[in-house]
Amino acid sequence: MGSYNYLGFAETGANVLKTVADELQHYGTGVCSSRQEMGNLDKHVELENLVARFLDVEAAMVFGMGFATNSMNIPALVGKGCLILSDELNHTSLVLGARLSGATIRVFKHNNMQSLEKLLRDAIACGQPRSHRAWKKILILVEGIYSMEGSIVRLPEIVALKKRYKAYLYLDEAHSIGAVGPTGRGIVEYFGMNPEDVDVLMGTFTKSFGAAGGYIAGKKELVDFLRTHSHSAVYATSMCPPVAEQIIRAMKCVMGLDGTTQGLQRVRQLGENTRYFRRRLHEMGFIIYGNDDSPVVPLLLYMPGKIGAFSRHMLDKNIGVVVVGFPATPITESRARFCVSASHTREMLDTVLNALDELGDFLQLKYSRHSRSSRPELYDETSFELED
Amino acid sequence: MAPPRLPLPRSLLNDTRVSGARRGRAWSRLSDVSASPPVLPAPADVSARRGLEAAQAMAAAGTGQQWVLVEMVQAFYEAPAYHLILEGILILWIIRLLFSKTYKLQERSDLTPKEKEELIEEWQPEPLVPPVSKDHPALNYNIVSGPPSHKIIVNGKECINFASFNFLGLLDNERVKNAAQASLKKYGVGTCGPRGFYGTFDVHLELEDRLAKFMRTEESIIYSYGFATIASAIPAYSKRGDIVFVDEAACFAIQKGLQASRSNIKLFKHNDMADLERLLREQEIEDQKNPRKACVTRRFILVEGLYVNTGDICPLPELIKLKYKYKVRIFLEESLSFGVLGEHGRGVTEHFGINIDDIDLISANMENSLASIGGFCCGRSFVIDHQRLSGQGYCFSASLPPLLAAAAIEALNIMEENPDIFETLREKCKRIHKALQRISGLIVVGESFSPALHLQLEETSGSRENDMKLLKRIVDYCMNRGIALTQACYLEKEEKCLPPPSIRVVVTVEQTEEELDKAASIIREAAQSVLN
Repeated sequence: MGSYNYLGFAETGANVLKTVADELQHYGTGVCSSRQEMGNLDKHVELENLVARFLDVEAAMVFGMGFATNSMNIPALVGKGCLILSDELNHTSLVLGARLSGATIRVFKHNNMQSLEKLLRDAIACGQPRSHRAWKKILILVEGIYSMEGSIVRLPEIVALKKRYKAYLYLDEAHSIGAVGPTGRGIVEYFGMNPEDVDVLMGTFTKSFGAAGGYIAGKKELVDFLRTHSHSAVYATSMCPPVAEQIIRAMKCVMGLDGTTQGLQRVRQLGENTRYFRRRLHEMGFIIYGNDDSPVVPLLLYMPGKIGAFSRHMLDKNIGVVVVGFPATPITESRARFCVSASHTREMLDTVLNALDELGDFLQLKYSRHSRSSRPELYDETSFELED
Repeated sequence: MAPPRLPLPRSLLNDTRVSGARRGRAWSRLSDVSASPPVLPAPADVSARRGLEAAQAMAAAGTGQQWVLVEMVQAFYEAPAYHLILEGILILWIIRLLFSKTYKLQERSDLTPKEKEELIEEWQPEPLVPPVSKDHPALNYNIVSGPPSHKIIVNGKECINFASFNFLGLLDNERVKNAAQASLKKYGVGTCGPRGFYGTFDVHLELEDRLAKFMRTEESIIYSYGFATIASAIPAYSKRGDIVFVDEAACFAIQKGLQASRSNIKLFKHNDMADLERLLREQEIEDQKNPRKACVTRRFILVEGLYVNTGDICPLPELIKLKYKYKVRIFLEESLSFGVLGEHGRGVTEHFGINIDDIDLISANMENSLASIGGFCCGRSFVIDHQRLSGQGYCFSASLPPLLAAAAIEALNIMEENPDIFETLREKCKRIHKALQRISGLIVVGESFSPALHLQLEETSGSRENDMKLLKRIVDYCMNRGIALTQACYLEKEEKCLPPPSIRVVVTVEQTEEELDKAASIIREAAQSVLN
């Protein structure tokens, strides 16, 4: 339960991967050139159109690596004299991109709207530090689902703040694209909002689509600008064709364009699995973080000493889990992180849950003080009819 | 009537009568008594302490204010001068602090809420992205349908490919494709996780092993993207306060890596060893002024084997000499020279016959000769091991898809089995270098054995835009006649030292001699028609 395989597209059936195998035979593995020079294949154009359709935006651009998408495009969008407001728990790629851009960075507390609003007001009122000139742009960097916490960003409130204070919003949907939302279109759909409210939609294909690479989507001017000014388009190799084909296949499946409802089934299955898993863990008495709908489930271990023991015991039971300690998390908040997938069956989840039950008793991990049972308590005073 | 005075212990009484010069000694002797370890004290001292305690107890018992006052005054007299002075200064300082005015922090805004609201209403940001004109040269990409191999279909026209860095022609190779297919069947496409979280497959470990053996180093590490390789390797070793001497013509990935590392960057003129030595000597003089700081700063020289921007080779033997003379470490970036130079394709170290252990870190990307995606670093074990925890592109990013790793392994197999392709490639490079020499209006920039040459305008028109337009016309002319070329693209505002506009000519091992000659003649025609 450790890999980011949310929709279960990391599969190896021969039929399933037939198109990918064909493309591999036709195109070969590499590209050997950057997008602007000779590396723009027709496959890339097809993929970009499909991504734009999937997200319901005007245009999109794809890149070869998810990490590099952030670290190479944020410097193209903002520069010196701009302000970046980034969440406390943002991923390293966002932090690196912000640092490379040369803009001033201010951090607000995780998912805390008051902190963000205070920073916005102070920033606009006071201007740039020392010179007090007005800021050129303000960019808010948030993630859809935070991978260590499992929490979902409060998108409606951030969009309201952004409109009030005229800032721009950059949403990194690395973990949430394909994994949340009624049809798997991500956080924007989950909250029922308009994709045009978010200025820059960014995501990766590594997690839900079982491939590699990243994309940035938004208005046509934004994407045109990135085609000319992004570091990746000019200097870095473009995505390799078989990987592009895998993304096209997976995305068509999720959108239902291949004629089956398999994509929708996968998304629904993921949602069910997530809810079931979280509910059972709550019942067992573990402490877990995160929003109830997020497929990333961190289970708190607290004691750094239990990290190794947990991982080894689970491996003995043939279950692979990911355990995280300092410095990725605070030292007293070490955790085990489960990634629920659509390809997990109910039996697999039950196996894992039973193993966790045993291990929880053995290592004393059931810290929760809430009531254990999910069954509603029956009161004596329920309405009953008096018998005549 | 005065209350009876309790007789003070004899030793103390004696001491109080002595002059000020010996007051200090008495005080220290008292403190010695109280601070000494619990050895059996001499009777006199025990009685002294007991007496003092008794006196204090009497005072505390409230036998009158006079007792306390008397004790205090006596203590006052007995205290040494320096102690009194110190206490006096402290008391005066506390009084001053209590009465001084508090100072305001400068950043606190003195704006009233109403003024803030007005400012917030008034503020207008710039648009997120400036508008891009429709005929920006970089906006309309060439669309390549089909594989970018030897014969390439660009914008519907079939051409011979002189623009992709497919030096050994492995993009189209059947063995490589079959290996990738087998891996696809076994593993699927993506790895769904970084190397630390179940993203390490046996193909990755095998590829690392093979690369280390091929380059004859101890260990190697793989990244999933070529650009990220050097851009993550540099900040892993060089931190704020360290000094990096880097060539002016270094590629953009190196520049980004240096920017992320926040070290002091010293540029030296391209391939100019005298300039580098001058900088090193200046640094040495600085170090002698502050030896303690010099001990903790790390110094690196960062060069490329074959420079992408100019096609030159770096003078490695002189660099090694400088390395040992001034004790700096060398990082070598071999993206263009891996699989090209040297008898077996091991790069610029084999070309010059230098022991590979002299270079501290070699980094290359697999996107040129190996026709795969990704990059690797190789070197000594303790150097490479460090990157497994500090390389950002390694720890925080998903690993290389296994089919690409398998393709790279097969490509390495082919390179090891046919070591004569490198010589063939070099022959072809020399041939076209010679053929392009006598074109009027264009000069050839690059070594004769470099597979990626640049053609620059002999006389610039003064404006970069016009130069680029002229070159574009030449490129279009060539494309119409079946030779695919491209201009070398740069980000004009971001490069530190912007190279002049040029056309990039790439030689691959698949091009026949007729094709090379044809390309040279078409370029000559194009130059004549456009520039005259």
